[in-house]
Amino acid sequence: MRKVGVIGVGQTKFKRRPDASIREIAFEAFKEAMEDAQITPKEIQASVICSATHYDKQRTPAGVVAEYLGLNPQPTFNVEAVCASSGVGLRIGWSFINSGLHDTVAIIGFQKMTELSSAEVQEVMGRSGDVMWESPFGTTMPAYFALYAKSHMHKYGTTEEQMAKVAVKNHFYATKNPKAMFQKQITMEDVLNSRMIASPLKRYDCCANSDGAACIILANEEISKNATDMPIWVTGLGLASSPMALTSRDPSFASFDCSSEAARQAYRMAGIGPEDIDVAEVHDCFTITEIINYEDLGLCEKGQGGRLAEEGQTYLGGEIPVNIDGGLLAKGHPVGATGASQIRTLVKQLRGESGETQVKGAKRGLAHNLGGIGMYCAVTILEV
Amino acid sequence: MNFAKFGKISYVAETKLQEFEKHLETGKVMGTRCKSCGQTYFPPRADCNCLKGDIEWIELSGKCKLMTFSTLYFAPASFRYEVPYTLGVAQFEEGPAVLAPFSKEIKENEIKVGMSLRLVPTELIGGRMIYELRKADS
Repeated sequence: MRKVGVIGVGQTKFKRRPDASIREIAFEAFKEAMEDAQITPKEIQASVICSATHYDKQRTPAGVVAEYLGLNPQPTFNVEAVCASSGVGLRIGWSFINSGLHDTVAIIGFQKMTELSSAEVQEVMGRSGDVMWESPFGTTMPAYFALYAKSHMHKYGTTEEQMAKVAVKNHFYATKNPKAMFQKQITMEDVLNSRMIASPLKRYDCCANSDGAACIILANEEISKNATDMPIWVTGLGLASSPMALTSRDPSFASFDCSSEAARQAYRMAGIGPEDIDVAEVHDCFTITEIINYEDLGLCEKGQGGRLAEEGQTYLGGEIPVNIDGGLLAKGHPVGATGASQIRTLVKQLRGESGETQVKGAKRGLAHNLGGIGMYCAVTILEV
Repeated sequence: MNFAKFGKISYVAETKLQEFEKHLETGKVMGTRCKSCGQTYFPPRADCNCLKGDIEWIELSGKCKLMTFSTLYFAPASFRYEVPYTLGVAQFEEGPAVLAPFSKEIKENEIKVGMSLRLVPTELIGGRMIYELRKADS
């Protein structure tokens, strides 16, 4: 199998961006990645443009983004898997290179969550579930994950305090990440006293919508080795799906089947297990999701996710540092950019460029990117 | 007869399952079953994944047990005047599950995972048809 390396990464600061359009936001991340890889747009043989297009004013945004980035006449197209768009985009870029079809591919994920008016966003939000059987009763993104939270609490005794610990951790690490949206630490009391959104999830149990972009440059083995002294290799990929309708899923509502399956595939491809991972980025769209992800990825036993959070084992220095860039909860969640941003964080860690939050001697990282209400999951393993 | 009356608001009006709404109006919650492989579906489906069978309508008892629930304090635009409201997922005696709103007759502090409930067809003002979760003995 041909090796595929990451030779460049870039990311905008995640925040509200009333000053810039989607093409300009994408350009910022692309420019940083090109400078990191020390190559020019002419050397990019294909681009994969990733966003949840229902948040974009521009229909089929790959057209304007590729144009603005100077990537014509090379192939380009959109990839949409909601919050997992750029996690899926990475897999497609990998396939292009692994097949020998292209030597160098740019994956660009972006989202401007504030591009639509709030009335338009609310309308879109109301259609996040099965529109025939669930949306007609007023489901929301937080409500879907709240249903999992309530079930996980009932089945395993997980507590609101344990969930709050995840928010406290991720906000703490966001203050160490200049690219993160939130730059202020919060306390358990802040989380527990924040406004109820969908019981038991409160404001600080929910991630922050923000605007931003992230870019990953993949290359074949030869180019990767020539480009840098320390290429980071993509050694494991997993991608799986679950039913969209909640009622068609694992009735425990305490696990995301697509996560377990994607993780199984990625570990097998890399020939390693969860115990070999030094640093992880997991999809913490809500605090409960991070706890369930610990379990689905095998970072702890089923039902032990709450304990792992409570004991602080996912801090730097713990059993397995998770989301030490702030995660979706505090770094921000510009939907289409999130998967690529996770990869960027891991690449920085594996290169030893993470400064204050560096996991010493990190050799293997795992990214877990969940789409929508848990229909899609991409797991990626990177190694030095 | 039109599926556009199903739900508090409707996004999908055209389906092979329009009959579902007519049954709701007569007080019946119907699922479907594949005549070939015997698989039961709720929500109903017009097609079976076995690719072989014809589908038939079957009536569900409505008896169910609560699997999980949440009370929403923040809602999509069309539901903003309804908050707070509680949604639950319950499993029918017959096997399949349903996501449905709770009847206002049940207070949030009375709701417990595992409790017995009944899914009841309900007509809203304006003629819209929904089903809702009520106490088993109501």
